[in-house]
Amino acid sequence: MGSSSSSMDHIPNAEELMQETGFSAAHLLRLYERFEFLDKDQTGELRPEDFGAIGGLALNPIGDRIISAFFSPGQETVDFPSFVRVLAHFRPNGTNRTRNGTQQEPVNSRTRKLKFAFQLYDQDRDGKISRAELLQVLRAMLGIQVTEEQLQSIAERAIQEADLDRDDAISFDEFKKVQQVSPHPQTPTKETPLHPTEGGR
Amino acid sequence: PRYPSRQSQNRTRMGLNTGHGSSIKEVPIVTFKWHHVETPYLIALWILVAGLAKMVIEANHHVTNVIPESALLICFGFILGGMVWGADKVQTFTLTPTVFFFYLLPQIILDAGYFMPNKLFFGNMGAILIYAIIGTCWNAASLGLSLWGCHKGGAMGDLDIGLLQYLLFGSLMAAVDPVAVIAVFEQVHVNEVLFILVFGESLLNDGVTVVLFNVFDAFVSLGGSQIDAVEIIKGIISFFVVAFGGSLLGFVFGLLVSLLTRCTKNIQIIEPGFIFVLGYLAYLTAEMLSLSAILSIVFCGVCCQKYINANMDEKSVSTVRYTMKVLANGSETMIFVFLGISAIDKTIWVWNTGFILLTLLFIMVYRFIGVFFLTWILNRYRLVPIGFIDQVIMSYGGLRGAVAYGLAVMLDENKIKEKNLMISTTLIVVYFTVIFQGITMKPLVTWLKVKRAAVTELTLIEKVQNKVFDHVLVAIEDISGQIGHNYMRDKWNYFEEKWMSWALMKPSVRKSRDHVFSVFHQLNLKDAMSYVAEGERRGSLEFIRNESAFIDFKKKFGDEFSEAMPDIMANMSDDHGAASDRRRDPVPSVSLEMHEQTMKGMRETEDINTHHLLQQHLYKGRKQHRHRYSRSHFDVNKDENEVQEIFQRTMRSRLESFKSAKMGVAPPKTISKYSKKDQQQKMPNGKSLDRSKSYYSGDEDFEFSEGDSASGYDASGSTFPMRVTYRAGAGIENPAFMPDMDPMTPIQIPPWLMEAELDSGMVAPSQRAQVRLPWTPSNLRRLAPFRASAQSNDSFMLADAPATQQRDDEELPPPPSPPPPPSNRDGGYM
Repeated sequence: MGSSSSSMDHIPNAEELMQETGFSAAHLLRLYERFEFLDKDQTGELRPEDFGAIGGLALNPIGDRIISAFFSPGQETVDFPSFVRVLAHFRPNGTNRTRNGTQQEPVNSRTRKLKFAFQLYDQDRDGKISRAELLQVLRAMLGIQVTEEQLQSIAERAIQEADLDRDDAISFDEFKKVQQVSPHPQTPTKETPLHPTEGGR
Repeated sequence: PRYPSRQSQNRTRMGLNTGHGSSIKEVPIVTFKWHHVETPYLIALWILVAGLAKMVIEANHHVTNVIPESALLICFGFILGGMVWGADKVQTFTLTPTVFFFYLLPQIILDAGYFMPNKLFFGNMGAILIYAIIGTCWNAASLGLSLWGCHKGGAMGDLDIGLLQYLLFGSLMAAVDPVAVIAVFEQVHVNEVLFILVFGESLLNDGVTVVLFNVFDAFVSLGGSQIDAVEIIKGIISFFVVAFGGSLLGFVFGLLVSLLTRCTKNIQIIEPGFIFVLGYLAYLTAEMLSLSAILSIVFCGVCCQKYINANMDEKSVSTVRYTMKVLANGSETMIFVFLGISAIDKTIWVWNTGFILLTLLFIMVYRFIGVFFLTWILNRYRLVPIGFIDQVIMSYGGLRGAVAYGLAVMLDENKIKEKNLMISTTLIVVYFTVIFQGITMKPLVTWLKVKRAAVTELTLIEKVQNKVFDHVLVAIEDISGQIGHNYMRDKWNYFEEKWMSWALMKPSVRKSRDHVFSVFHQLNLKDAMSYVAEGERRGSLEFIRNESAFIDFKKKFGDEFSEAMPDIMANMSDDHGAASDRRRDPVPSVSLEMHEQTMKGMRETEDINTHHLLQQHLYKGRKQHRHRYSRSHFDVNKDENEVQEIFQRTMRSRLESFKSAKMGVAPPKTISKYSKKDQQQKMPNGKSLDRSKSYYSGDEDFEFSEGDSASGYDASGSTFPMRVTYRAGAGIENPAFMPDMDPMTPIQIPPWLMEAELDSGMVAPSQRAQVRLPWTPSNLRRLAPFRASAQSNDSFMLADAPATQQRDDEELPPPPSPPPPPSNRDGGYM
């Protein structure tokens, strides 16, 4: 981290953010640099277009959803603290250096991570993944090779698998259970999503 | 072996007669020519013996639960060796390096590469490489130096071994042996990461071992005084050349195999052969260029697995998988048996307590030190640190095996005076690690509560979620602007998808594969198995017809995914007797029966199987119309397609009611249409159709021609998925599925038919409807929208077909006696 600690002063409420998110000062600084880089028009807030400018995201089949996850409902912009708060979901478990003694669950807990993923599906935020919502995600991810009918069947089957209370939708509890019952061998991702500091070292 | 031997006998007899015609007095009726067949005969015998040994050992599961099979095989080798020694007073059969490296090892490694869990392997590549390269060098150097130090200290008496020889010995002992690791770890089921770390290390350290061995071998030949910095640098360079050259060569061969399987459509019967031959060639080529042969064949397998599995026919893939397993398992058995036999040879045994015990000790200690140190470094960078217990198991799993023994035997006696001591020590180390550590591994794993491999239930939702997670992580890396593991993987996937798949995969398969989709496919496969197993349990497959559950499955999946999952039905009808076993089979969708359909489009026949079940229901109703359809018209396809269509529509309301009753799930809003399959391309396959005709000649009901429907059909294009071309030997031997044996006799009206009639209020279909509905595709087309709409429309449709059937039934003679239980029928037909 080449920059001096004085850069920290630019970050609003740096201390609080570190407390809240568990990021270290170095992390925060790096994220702030990234934030400023993305914030092309220097408004101190990111708009969806700013995210859209990231090349890789355009190729991401569910990029739109992920972008919209940064914006709280009804809002058009995201400021730095919110930006960091969202990213904090992706801090690895087990390295909670600065857990503020409160009883609040850390933002990078397993549940919170799953909640984040859940909300990617649950676009209408009714706490349930309906068949239609699942279908939308599937459609985005499976591309054109699979016909609509096949998608329907897959969605239906997927819901059947997870749907414990038979309401034809996946609630968050059910969603969580799916991931608990059988941790998939090949994807450490949900256990340990991304270490935001990996590239920043 | 009998066949070739008899042939050659004939040949030689002929030669004898012409060449020395005068020297024999009479024509020999038989002659005994042992020497003529000796070598192949012995080889075959040994293979048989090894196989029998394995059979005997595996017969006692409570023994193999405690003592691993590899250890038992070695012990069995001791006994055999003792017998041979007792008979010959000399050990005639030992494991020679040539046999081991050229004939036994390659298939094991190819198998390892081909079945490599790629994502896991490359995900942990960094750690594996660190262990394989640094770990192995550390093992070699520390062992060599420590032994030399102890020698100097006088711990092992008078030995003629110099520092370089010690290092050479260290380098051959350093490598963890893939064969031993597979054999022991396969029975322990530790968690995947731990397994891949040990296993990957054992595979990849070959490059290091080869280099170290060659370099030190050269150094020993050169003698200490000749070695200078240049030579050492050369050695280091040669490491990179050997390791990367070998890997690259394997990669190239992998691409070659993949490319080749793109165009083997017409020679499907031998396409599995290419994998083995090219894999072997990759091994031999690397050996020829003095590159790492093991790395070469590993990467050949790793690279080609995805593409050949996609390119080749399902049956060929099964063949490859099974043959791979047969060869690898056979070789493994042979290796362990011969490792045992080799020990019973007085001439190689030189005992030096100090040397042997110190070697054992150092191997253990330095393995632990090396693993813990490297893990400590790695854990600073790993997202998921390797736990302490896993490290213990990793260290303890540093098994040495036949590779070390093979290298030891290859030592040059002239240069290394104590070669036999080294061989003996190697053998002791191998026995110790394989037998002792192998036996104690399981209790240790249990005692330390090592995280085991979770038996994961494959679920679709999970797969979908994992996909989502992957995408999310990549996106977050994008957003936070860092280049991490996920980013790299995404980039690679993109490249792979765009270029490699394009180049190496058939265009047709490229479209139809997707991870989520393949899970879906596998789940369906499992369903099919359990349905059949259920049928087994009840003694017949009758329930399939009586319970709409099956049809539900059938309609939903069989129809829509006739492209993707032909093998489900193939399996079911092939031999449902084995189906329950297959459910547990690690290799799903296995059908090893080749029958005679080999050269023709296998996909096609599989599709037939897919749809066979449904047809049974349909033909019943056709009997009265039989005369209308000319038998000479062999273009069965279209009619059957339509029949399928109607039937499915008929069944839908049952299915939905069933589903909501049983699964608590509302019916799907939209109903399947047609899979996009080009049926036209199958049409010209007149030959197979002809054959099918003769096959079914006893049952005219199976022959239809579309008659009036043909014209209407043409307009509808190539949308009907239900191609029905009957072919002999396509897996429809199962009598349960044979129409003439059909247990659902005409008079027994299947429940759904009765229901259908009730539903529709006994609507008597008009004659016109009877004729037209089932057969004119134009009708079908027109009615298609109904299917997507309300059920009431369907029930109208329902009324017709069943009623028709009903009437047929009445005309028909009383039912034949109920079918014998499936097992009997199987026996008769298989």
